[in-house]
Amino acid sequence: MRLRIEKRKDMPFYMNIVVPVVSIVFSLFVMGIILLIFFQRSGMSWSEAFSETFSAYGEMFSWPFGNIYGIYQTLLKMVPLAFVGLGLSFAYRMKIWNIGGEGQLYMGAFAATWGALFLFKGIENSFLMITLLLFMGALFGALWAAIPAFMKAFAKTDEIVVTLMLNYVAIFWVDYLVYGPWKDPQGYNFPLTAEFPEAAKLPTMFDGEVHAGIIMVIILAIILQYVYSRTSWGFNSAIVGDNQRAAKYAGINIGFYTIVALLVSGAIAGMGGAVQMMGIQHRLQHGFSPGYGYTAIIIAWLAKLNPIAILLVSFLFGGLLVGNEQLQMFYRLPLALIFIFQGLVLFSLLGGETIFNYRIRFVKERVVEE
Amino acid sequence: MDSSIITTTLQATIRAGTPLLFTVLGDIFTERSGVMNLGLEGLMLVGAISGFVVSYSTGNLFLAVIAAMVAGAVLGLVHAFFTVTLRINQVVSGLAITMLGTGISGLWGKGYIGVVAAQFKPLELPVLSKIPFIGPVLFSHDILVYLSYLLVPLMWFYIYKTKPGMVLRAVGESPSAADARGINVFMTRYLYTMVGGAITALGGAYLSLAYTSMWIENMTAGRGWIGIALVLFATWDPVKAMLGAYLFGGVTALGLRMQAAGTTISSHILMMLPYILTVTVLFFTSTEKIKLKVGAPAALGVPYSREEKT
Repeated sequence: MRLRIEKRKDMPFYMNIVVPVVSIVFSLFVMGIILLIFFQRSGMSWSEAFSETFSAYGEMFSWPFGNIYGIYQTLLKMVPLAFVGLGLSFAYRMKIWNIGGEGQLYMGAFAATWGALFLFKGIENSFLMITLLLFMGALFGALWAAIPAFMKAFAKTDEIVVTLMLNYVAIFWVDYLVYGPWKDPQGYNFPLTAEFPEAAKLPTMFDGEVHAGIIMVIILAIILQYVYSRTSWGFNSAIVGDNQRAAKYAGINIGFYTIVALLVSGAIAGMGGAVQMMGIQHRLQHGFSPGYGYTAIIIAWLAKLNPIAILLVSFLFGGLLVGNEQLQMFYRLPLALIFIFQGLVLFSLLGGETIFNYRIRFVKERVVEE
Repeated sequence: MDSSIITTTLQATIRAGTPLLFTVLGDIFTERSGVMNLGLEGLMLVGAISGFVVSYSTGNLFLAVIAAMVAGAVLGLVHAFFTVTLRINQVVSGLAITMLGTGISGLWGKGYIGVVAAQFKPLELPVLSKIPFIGPVLFSHDILVYLSYLLVPLMWFYIYKTKPGMVLRAVGESPSAADARGINVFMTRYLYTMVGGAITALGGAYLSLAYTSMWIENMTAGRGWIGIALVLFATWDPVKAMLGAYLFGGVTALGLRMQAAGTTISSHILMMLPYILTVTVLFFTSTEKIKLKVGAPAALGVPYSREEKT
C-alpha cells in the first residue's frame, strides 16, 4: 500500500471558501481538546473543564473581533505583523527565504530609537521627525538584510540560516542597549530607554486609540500590489522565483535581483520596527515583540504572498494575539498557547488545501523488478 | 591560566556541546534523506519537557529518555506527513513544528516550573577516567555523554559503510533514481525524519535531565537554531558535527567563565558570539565548490513526487 496524490480537476468555486473555513474549524476543535485537557489537569472536573473551554473560546473571539475597543487593539497588533509580512513577501516571491523579519524589525526599532533620542534630538517638527525616523528604520532593516543578501549573492551562503542567526544578534544588541548604555535612569531599573519626544510620536485617530501606522501599512500594501501585478520588476521577480534557468536565459541579473529583494524586504520590516516604536511603544524595551517576525512568515505564506490578503490575514492573527492576551489575563493560560494555535492553524490550512485540491488515494504497491 | 582551570573549562565545553551534538546528529539523519527540518528548536523543547515530566513522575531516567525520544519521533512524523505526503513547503512546516513544540512545552510545562526531578549523575569510567588530563575532561560525565561519543562513529559507519546508509544517501541525492531501483522513497524519508526527531529530542532532554534538573520555559534558548547552522557547518558528516558542537560548547563555556571572572564585557555581547561565529564560518565554507566537494544532499528541501520526477 502506498499513498498517491492526484490533482483534482474541476474544483467548484465555493471550495475556496469551504476549505479555509473547515480547516479553521478543525484547528479550533483540536485546540479545544488541548484546552479541555489542560483545564482538567489543573484540577477541574471534566464537565467544569468543558464549560471553561467554551467560555474561554467565547472570550478569545468576542473580545478582539466583537467590540470596538477589541477591534482597535486588533488593528494595533496588526500593524507590525502586516509590515513584516509585506516585507517578507517581497523576498519570498523569488523563493529567497528571509526568516530574519524578527531581527530586521528589531534593528528598525533600534535605529528609530537612536534617531529619536540622540541623532535628531532637537527637531520639533513632527512631520520631519517621523519621516527621518521611518527612513532610519528602513535603512537599518535594509543594512541588516544586506548581510545575508551579499553573502548569498557572492558566496551562495544559505540565507535561511544567516537570517535566523542575525535575529538573535539583533535581539541581544537591543538587550545590550536597554540593559546598559541606553537604560532610562528614571526607569526604576526596568530594561527600557527614555520616552520618545512628542515630535516622534505618530498621530492617532479614533479618539487616540489607533495610530497612523495602520494607514501607512495599507498604503504600502497597495503599492506592493501595484509593483507585483503591473511592473516589470514584479514580472521578472516572479520568473526568478519560478525558474532560475528561464530567468537567466531571459537576461535577468539574478544576483542583482537577489540583493534588491532582500534589501527591500529588510527595509519594509525595519520600517515596521520604527512604526512600532513611534506608534505604540514610544521607547525601546526588552522583548517588545512577541515573535511578530515569525508569525509574519506564516501570514505571508497563508496569504499566498498577495499584499491585500496579507492585510486580511494579519488582521486575523492580530486578533488571535489579542484574544490570547485575554486568555492569559482571565484564565491564567500561558503565553505559549498562541504558538500552539498558530502552528495548528498553519498546518490545517495548508494541509486542508492539499487534501481538498488533491485526491489522496491508497494504491497497491507495484512490484519493481530489479 | 593554570591547568585545573583549563581542565574544568574543557569539561564544561563537553557538557555544553552535548545537547547540540545530539541535535545535530538527529538532523543529519533527516537531511541526509532530503528532508529539511527547521523545527529543531521545537523538537528539543518537546524532548526536554516530556523527559522531565516522566523523570519527575516515575523517577526512572531510562523511561524519561524513551519518552523524550518517542515525543520527538511523533513530531517528526507530523513533519514527514506534511512535507513528504502532502508536499507542503519544508521551511514553512519546520517553522510550524517549532511553534507547536514551543507551545506544547510551554503549556505542558506550566505545572512543572520550580520542581526538581531525578537527574543523570556523572559516572567516572574505570581506568579511563584515571588518565591524566584526558580522563577528567572526557570520561567523568554522565551516561548520555558517553552515548553521544558512541553515536558519532556508529552513525558515521552506518551512513558511509552500510547498505541502509547507502539507501539513505541515495534518497537524499536522487530520489527518482532511488525509486527506479525499487527503494521506497516515501518510507525512507518518513523513517529518518522520525529517527532524526527522536535523536534531536534527546538533545533537548539532555538539558532538562542532565545539564540542569529543572524545567525552564524555553530552556533551549536558541540551541535548535544553532543546530540547523551546525548541520551545514558539519557538511552532513557526524564526525565534523562533533567538532562543531564542541566548538560552540567551548564558546558558551568560555563566555560563562569570563562572566564568572568578572569581565567588563556585557553578557549580552558575549551571548551574540556563537551566532556571529556561525555566520562567519558559514560564509567561508559555503561556496559552490566546497558544497560540491562535501556532497550536500542534492535533493534537500525538494518534495518528491512520482508524477513529476526530479
